[in-house]
Order: sequence, then C-alpha cells, then structure tokens
Amino acid sequence: MLLCLTLVCLLCAAILGGVYAMTYKPIQKANENILKASIGAVLPEGGSISEEKTAIFDGRTYTYYEQLSGDAVQAYAVKSATSGFGGRLELMVGVLPDGTVNNTRVISHSETPGLGAKCQTDERFLGQFRGLAPSKVIKLRNDGGDLDAITASTITSRAYTLAVSNAVEVVKSLKKEN
Amino acid sequence: MSKWSLVTKGFVKDNPTFVLVLGMCPTLATTTSAINGLEMGLATLFVLVLSNIAISALAPLVPDKVHIPVYIVVIATFVTVLQLVMQAYAPGAYATLGLFIPLIVVNCIVLGRAEAFANKNTVVDSALDGLGIGLGFTLSLTVIGLVREILGSGSAFGFKFIPGDGMLAFVMAPGAFIVLGYLMVLFNKYLKKK
Repeated sequence: MLLCLTLVCLLCAAILGGVYAMTYKPIQKANENILKASIGAVLPEGGSISEEKTAIFDGRTYTYYEQLSGDAVQAYAVKSATSGFGGRLELMVGVLPDGTVNNTRVISHSETPGLGAKCQTDERFLGQFRGLAPSKVIKLRNDGGDLDAITASTITSRAYTLAVSNAVEVVKSLKKEN
Repeated sequence: MSKWSLVTKGFVKDNPTFVLVLGMCPTLATTTSAINGLEMGLATLFVLVLSNIAISALAPLVPDKVHIPVYIVVIATFVTVLQLVMQAYAPGAYATLGLFIPLIVVNCIVLGRAEAFANKNTVVDSALDGLGIGLGFTLSLTVIGLVREILGSGSAFGFKFIPGDGMLAFVMAPGAFIVLGYLMVLFNKYLKKK
C-alpha cells in the first residue's frame, strides 16, 4: 500500500520534472513576447529599447524601459499595476519625457467579462489616453478629472486611470532625478 | 457495448453537462463566450483521456485503500502538464482560462470516470470513454458559450454581427444559470428520450 503510493508519486514527480524542464524555455519566451508586444504597442515608432530598469515611487517599485534614439531618451514604457474590480490590473503605459501619455495597453487583468474587461477594447475609453497632454488631470470626471469612464465599469476605469496616472508620476520623478 | 457507442454515449445518453449534471463549476464560469467554452472543454478532454488511460492501466496494481489518493495524484499530474504546456504554447488561452485549469483536478467528471469506468475496464475502452465524455463536455460548453455570447455580446466565436452591447446579464453569472437551465430542459425534452 505504502509502496504503491510512493511509487506512483515518484513516477508522477519524474514526469512533472521532465515536462517542466521541457517547457521552461518556451514559457519564458512566451511571457517575453507578451511583454515585448505590449512595450511595442505603447511607444512611438523607432529607437531601441533599453534593458529593464526599476524606479521607486511612492514606496512602490515600478519596472520600466527606456526607448533611446541616439543618447536621448525618446519615451518610457512603465509597467504599472493597481487593483481593479476583480483583482490585479496590470498595464503598460507609454509616456513621453514631457509627461504626455503616448498609449496604454493591458498586460493582465481579472475584470468581469462584458463589463470591466472592455478596458482592453473600448475605443471611447482607450482613445482618451492616446496622446493625453500633461495639462490634463488624469482622473475620471466623477473624481474631478478630465476622463470619461467606461459605462457601468467605474471601478475598473478608476483603477485604469490610477495606473496611468502613477506611470506618469514615475516618469516625472525620473526626470527630476536626472 | 460496442466501441463506437462508448464514444457516442457522451454526446446524448451520458452527456456530462445536461444529463449527468457534473462539472458545473467550470461550466458556469468559463462559458462567457463560445471560444472560452470550447477551450475549457478541450482542456478537460485532454486530462480525461490521459487520466482514464493511466488509471485503467494502474488499477489492477493499486490496493483498494489508497485508490483515491493514487487517482488524484495521477489526475493532478496531467493537469499540471496541461498547465505548463498551455503556458508555453497557448498563452492567450491560458490567460483567459487561468484559474480554471488547476481546478480540473477536482472536476467531478474526471474522478467520476476514473471511479465509474476506467478502474474496471480495459485501457482501450477507457480511452474511448474519456474521448466520448470529453467531446460531449466540449460540445455542451461550446453550445452554452455560443448562446451566452450571441445574447450577451451580439457575436459568435468572436465575430460581432449585432452592433452594440447585447444583454449584459447573459455574460455574467445569472445568465449562465438561465442558459444552462433552459438548454437542459430542451436537451432532455427533445434528445434524451430517443
């Protein structure tokens, strides 16, 4: 009885070890591709992307990438996460050095399908962030800002807006340091 | 029972969703669209066939007292394999189904087939049984997903043919119960008796 259970567990562990080793590289690659695609989507054309860098803002660590043309930084791509309605909402936000938002893209989310999940597709909402000038207040209209929320998804929209606003603040703090 | 009927019984006679009413958690949760339902069905099909094969081969060697732990370990192994493979080669599907893949371990259909069929039948029969039940589950989930997607989002398999938002309730939890209930009624009225 004991022998049987032990043998089965050993065998299963061996199979899992093998599969893990086989899929380790492809999984890394798949995750990298998702990240690269999201960086590419939020930054302007051209330039080369730097290595991953980290910045600390407001007690939290943010990962960001610099887009360089020559020696000058052309734009930043900041990974910014907040909690949405269903859980963690992770965005990639492209910010120009002057604080203009270039574009935004969802990396991962757990929002309600049909409601909050529209933060990936709703043009009326997402369009607002494209080329958003630094003079605008990155908050929802309800909260005294300049942005419209997705219908029936205020909490998701607020989380999204906060993530974008944090990313812009991170870039601003980076500029100050330099 | 002929080999062919082992496969086909999963569609109507022993349909896991509409007749046996097993595996309700993934059924209700993942059928927000036809594609999601299809992917969840195929994931379960994969685990079901492999675990049925492994368990029917192991069953004569396993003492009665530990058979449930052994089955669960075997099923969990295949689910983890599936999870790793999906992460590597189908990251999109993995992102949408995410949480529900590990939950296949405790899906009553998988353990149910191990207990009710695989441990007293041959490897080939068990593989066919897993295939049949798995396909029946896939088909049911796809149909529920399709109905919910048409009513809730105005699209089918991702192709939008009705502009606008659709009836949102059908994409959310209450819609899952309503659609499942009505489909179960229709299924049992028109298909099951034959």
